[in-house]
Amino acid sequence: MDLEEAEEFKERCTQCAAVSWGLTDEGKYYCTSCHNVTERYQEVTNTDLIPNTQIKALNRGLKKKNNTEKGWDWYVCEGFQYILYQQAEALKNLGVGPELKNDVLHNFWKRYLQKSKQAYCKNPVYTTGRKPTVLEDNLSHSDWASEPELLSDVSCPPFLESGAESQSDIHTRKPFPVSKASQSETSVCSGSLDGVEYSQRKEKGIVKMTMPQTLAFCYLSLLWQREAITLSDLLRRFKELFINGEKLLELQMPKTCSLRTFLLPLVRFVEEDHIPYINAFQHFPEQMKLYGRDRGIFGIESWPDYEDIYKKTVEVGTFLDLPRFPDITEDCYLHPNILCMKYLMEVNLPDEMHSLTCHVVKMTGMGEVDFLTFDPIAKMAKTVKYDVQAVAIIVVVLKLLFLLDDSFEWSLSNLAEKHNEKNKKDKPWFDFRKWYQIMKKAFDEKKQKWEEARAKYLWKSEKPLYYSFVDKPVAYKKREMVVNLQKQFSTLVESTATAGKKSPSSFQFNWTEEDTDRTCFHGHSLQGVLKEKGQSLLTKNSLYWLSTQKFCRCYCTHVTTYEESNYSLSYQFILNLFSFLLRIKTSLLHEEVSLVEKKLFEKKYSVKRKKSRSKKVRRH
Amino acid sequence: MSDFSEELKGPVTDDEEVETSVLSGAGMHFPWLQTYVETVAIGGKRRKDFAQTTSACLSFIQEALLKHQWQQAAEYMYSYFQTLEDSDSYKRQAAPEIIWKLGSKILFYHPKSNMESFNTFANRMKNIGVMNYLKISLQHALYLLHHGMLKDAKRNLSEAETWRHGENTSSREILINLIQAYKGLLQYYTWSEKKMELSKLDKDDYAYNAVAQDVFNHSWKTSANISALIKIPGVWDPFVKSYVEMLEFYGDRDGAQEVLTNYAYDEKFPSNPNAHIYLYNFLKRQKPPRSKLISVLKILYQIVPSHKLMLEFHTLLRKSEKEEHRKLGLEVLFGVLDFAGCTKNITAWKYLAKYLKNILMGNHLAWVQEEWNSRKNWWPGFHFSYFWAKSDWKEDTALACEKAFVAGLLLGKGCRYFRYILKQDHQILGKKIKRMKRSVKKYSIVNPRL
Repeated sequence: MDLEEAEEFKERCTQCAAVSWGLTDEGKYYCTSCHNVTERYQEVTNTDLIPNTQIKALNRGLKKKNNTEKGWDWYVCEGFQYILYQQAEALKNLGVGPELKNDVLHNFWKRYLQKSKQAYCKNPVYTTGRKPTVLEDNLSHSDWASEPELLSDVSCPPFLESGAESQSDIHTRKPFPVSKASQSETSVCSGSLDGVEYSQRKEKGIVKMTMPQTLAFCYLSLLWQREAITLSDLLRRFKELFINGEKLLELQMPKTCSLRTFLLPLVRFVEEDHIPYINAFQHFPEQMKLYGRDRGIFGIESWPDYEDIYKKTVEVGTFLDLPRFPDITEDCYLHPNILCMKYLMEVNLPDEMHSLTCHVVKMTGMGEVDFLTFDPIAKMAKTVKYDVQAVAIIVVVLKLLFLLDDSFEWSLSNLAEKHNEKNKKDKPWFDFRKWYQIMKKAFDEKKQKWEEARAKYLWKSEKPLYYSFVDKPVAYKKREMVVNLQKQFSTLVESTATAGKKSPSSFQFNWTEEDTDRTCFHGHSLQGVLKEKGQSLLTKNSLYWLSTQKFCRCYCTHVTTYEESNYSLSYQFILNLFSFLLRIKTSLLHEEVSLVEKKLFEKKYSVKRKKSRSKKVRRH
Repeated sequence: MSDFSEELKGPVTDDEEVETSVLSGAGMHFPWLQTYVETVAIGGKRRKDFAQTTSACLSFIQEALLKHQWQQAAEYMYSYFQTLEDSDSYKRQAAPEIIWKLGSKILFYHPKSNMESFNTFANRMKNIGVMNYLKISLQHALYLLHHGMLKDAKRNLSEAETWRHGENTSSREILINLIQAYKGLLQYYTWSEKKMELSKLDKDDYAYNAVAQDVFNHSWKTSANISALIKIPGVWDPFVKSYVEMLEFYGDRDGAQEVLTNYAYDEKFPSNPNAHIYLYNFLKRQKPPRSKLISVLKILYQIVPSHKLMLEFHTLLRKSEKEEHRKLGLEVLFGVLDFAGCTKNITAWKYLAKYLKNILMGNHLAWVQEEWNSRKNWWPGFHFSYFWAKSDWKEDTALACEKAFVAGLLLGKGCRYFRYILKQDHQILGKKIKRMKRSVKKYSIVNPRL
């Protein structure tokens, strides 16, 4: 009877012109095809109606429309496949070569499906899993002999084709002959066929797909794909500086390098929404409905964490049993020499420091192919945190040059200041104090902006996620409310404030010679901190302090704890600056610095004494 | 900053707050403890970035509001609306109220905002959850009142009054009472306007009867609306005042007195000086026995010893036959002059001078000494310094004379204030000063004549 009442309402929907009405639990009519909730209330003709009947009406009404309402049947892994596909597309748009999407990621994914027994194998997990938990009424379909083939067909990634084709591919193969009518009445449900079971599944030795895992896949393919990619805008910026800068730097620049293939921007690009991650599901085809348990699988309310993705990358690499990755040689972007260059420019340090970082890389053996290349089958599978390591090397060099004990660097700055005043025509000496003042200001501004932008981040998708069909109108109404309120308040905001997305860049700071307010230190010389001795140059500073005195003997990852107050203010500032650039925890960088020092002063570590040491520097 | 949201969560987090305060000890506040407790509550897991950014967003809004940057506040507010969809159900439930408070403040001050947008916002927020409908309706009505839209405010209140949804809780009952009382207050306003109109009209005027009828109708509705509220313990000054005014107007003196007595003496009500003032003013009009007035003011004296009614209290006490009342009269005067705000009150000084002399003449030296003992350390510096003598004389010679007399009585003729005033040669006051000198010699407590 109640259903008939919903059908009594024969007006066309104002938004989609359909005549298909349901009742919300408040008794309002809502359009079942576009979820537009009207302001019209159901006219209660019978006074003996109890309020609950409306909800019942909703349920009954929906049961009838199951086939159209519920959309396609789909599996969780398909959802991830779709997301990976979109992420690969986004990477392509950021300048990564198309091979990444078509070959590397595709193959990794196929291998994953096979290894996790979801497809490309004889007994996919679904044949056992789906009967008891997912579908209660699939007795009629129990004789599905062709299921493995069907599934592998389904799971065949659409990456081989172009984007448009793969979309249509999904459309054509969708309609499964399964109905899930009984599900809406059970308390746990999901839009995907195996969502409930998937969220409960815990199998040893199998890496389960999660949202962070998609990024691990992306990174893994980027790592594999380290070879030549067209030089992007970044390199152009490099070149501009070379014209004014040192010649020797030009020689060290590799002719080909993949600028985007490192983890840092990946994390940051996600944060800046250049790579679909948060709410990636909202680009699913209209007919792929998400609700219930799918919410926990695809809905995510945190940004990826560097360490987490790093760990997952190693995990996935090992799980997929991948062979040794292509070598990372000196002409690779991931090589510390090149990354150091990039970060030196980014934080406005003199180019001359590059030869020192190269020297440290050489002495520690961190530039060697075997050290840098990821080999998942090796005994202790680990990959280098290329960007963190490069930054740690810079920190070590800064410590070698300036000691960073809150006094020596300032006395060196006094010398440099005096020298620069006297010799205005010469190449200026690098003045640590001046650099600090400029960087501090730029860093604080950047950080403030970053925090503000984070606070303004909009997490919720246009497609609200709900637990069950009963919640659906509520969720949509909430969404509509929020949109309306936002619309209202956007009129109070000046139009300039709502500028479009900024274009992705691997640089966050820009330093050019022309900018008079913000001195560019790239061309400054290190003469003030080095002294000649015979054929070689020595650092004026002859002392060094170690970030860590002791390392754990066990193989735990915990190297040392970073207690800020124990360290000098300049060291703290430098760590904060770099860890902000990389969006990592300061303690992680501190740990990496300790590891670089461990390699650099290997012999002295056994003596366990605070050491003094002077370092020879090749004359340049 | 986060305390704000905690506070708003209401009953849900009450338990947690109690725990926190227990942990941190009485009267101490450790902001870090809250975050610690939070991490314990979620089992040591990292807080979701969603929670982090929205709470950061909240602090940014609060900061912007504090600095009156309405534009910025609106920008952050745009993002803050998503807390309505928070997956944490506690936070989701608390969100509408926070959003209403912040949003209405922004819309109230933002230069681009107008009446219409405020109304739209209020109506939207009212319907977001049943929990806040009444509260928002009431505040919406107050906003309309602020802008002089009396009719709209009244309509709003009437709508809220008849609104029934969800469970009936005790907090809601109070809200409904409040809403009704505000409606009553609005009716009182029209009533008193009508009354004004009536007073201007001639009794023989043909319109007189119609207006009088109107006045009567209004009062009947209003009293029903207000009377429910003022029975609940609380501070309801404007409601009580208007209610009593109407009762009095219609000759229901007993009813009015009962309301006021109840308002002043019911122990469940918070201590409220105004309650006693209303009662006193009401009783004064009835010409009751003195003792009744004294008993009312005695309580007021305990709450606000510096109130201007205390001088009236003193005159009542002075006239009383009872000795203890007369002693209290002295206490009251000293009490009034203890307050910095009353130091230049010439009436108080005049009363004190006169009364001191009377009392000393009446051989009650002990009373004076009792009062003086606790004040002799600080009154000389507070009232009778050389500086005050000079400036008082310059500003108000009459005041200076009264003060000098009191100073002389209390501190003896050697007192600097007294001596300074004596030295001043003043034609008109010359006689008075001479008389004063004689009295001081005779009665000063410093040289008690034996």
